[in-house]
Amino acid sequence: MPRVVVDVMLKPEILDPQGQAVANALPRLGVNDVASVRIGRRIEIEFTGEPDLDRAREIADKLLANPVIEDFTVRLVEADERAEARS
Amino acid sequence: MTARVGVVTFPGSLDDGDAARAVRIAGAEPVRLWHGDPELHGVDAVVLPGGFSYGDYLRCGAIARFAPVMETIVDAAAGGLPVLGICNGFQILCEAHLLPGALTRNQHLHFRNRDQILRIESTGTAWTNTFQPGQEVLIPVKNGEGCYVADAATLDALEAEGRVVARYVGGNPNGSQRDIAAITNPAGNVVGIMPHPEHAVEALTGPSLDGLGFFTSVLKHLVGAPA
Repeated sequence: MPRVVVDVMLKPEILDPQGQAVANALPRLGVNDVASVRIGRRIEIEFTGEPDLDRAREIADKLLANPVIEDFTVRLVEADERAEARS
Repeated sequence: MTARVGVVTFPGSLDDGDAARAVRIAGAEPVRLWHGDPELHGVDAVVLPGGFSYGDYLRCGAIARFAPVMETIVDAAAGGLPVLGICNGFQILCEAHLLPGALTRNQHLHFRNRDQILRIESTGTAWTNTFQPGQEVLIPVKNGEGCYVADAATLDALEAEGRVVARYVGGNPNGSQRDIAAITNPAGNVVGIMPHPEHAVEALTGPSLDGLGFFTSVLKHLVGAPA
C-alpha cells in the first residue's frame, strides 16, 4: 500500500537553532565544508483505503505543520522507495 | 458573588495547581476543568496553565488545541470570555489561532529558568488592568520554547494596536522578537504570556507578589463587565 509522506520544514526566514547546533558540531567530526543544516520532520501517513493527497494536505495544514513558521510538501511514496529510503 | 475562574488540566500540565492557587489567593473560586470535557461549568474566565500538554508532541500546544475543552474555549473567547494562557497555555492559544504568531525553540537552545523583569505595555486587557502603564514587574520565566516569532506585518500591527502586553527588560531570555513576553487579541480578553505570574503570588515561594495583578485584574474586569 502506498503511503503519503508529508515533509515539514521551518520557513527559510525562521531561525533553526537545532540545525545550527548540528552544523556547529560537524567540525568535531572533521567535516568543514557544510554551510548550513536545517532540521525538519517527515511524517508517513497510511490511509485505510486509497491514499488521498487532498486529505493529507488538509491534515498537514491543520495539524502537522504550523503555517506561521513552517512549510510542508505532500507526496505519494511507493513501498520499495520507502525501503530504499530506510536502508 | 465570587467569580469562578476555570483552570484547565491537560495531560502533561504542570502549573494547573499553582494557577488554581493564584486564583484563590486573588479572591476568586478556582474551578478545575478537564481537557476531555467540553463543558466550562459556568466559569467567568479561564486560565490555560503551563506545562507540556500531550508531551509537547509534534509542536508545543499543537495537540492540545484539538482537545474538546479547547473547542468550547475558542467559541467562548470569541464571545468575550477572558482567557489567560501562561507558557504552554500561550503556545496553545497561538496554535488555536486565538493569538497570532508562534513560539519556537529558544534561540540559544537552553532552557531558561530565572526571575525576569517585565514591563507592562498594555493595561487595557482583562488581565492587566490593575497595573500602571510602563510598570515593571518581577515574575519567573521558565521555558525551552518561548521565542515569540511572527512576520513583520503582524508584529507591526501588534505594536500599532497596543497589543504587546509585556516585554522583557534587562535581557531577553529566549530571543523573542521585539522582546515580546505577552500579547493580546484585538478585544483584549485573550492574553498569552510566556513568564509565570502564578509563581509570583506569595512571599514564601515567589520572587515578588507582582503576578497577583494578573488575577486581580480579571476580577476587576468581571465586576465591570456587563452580566
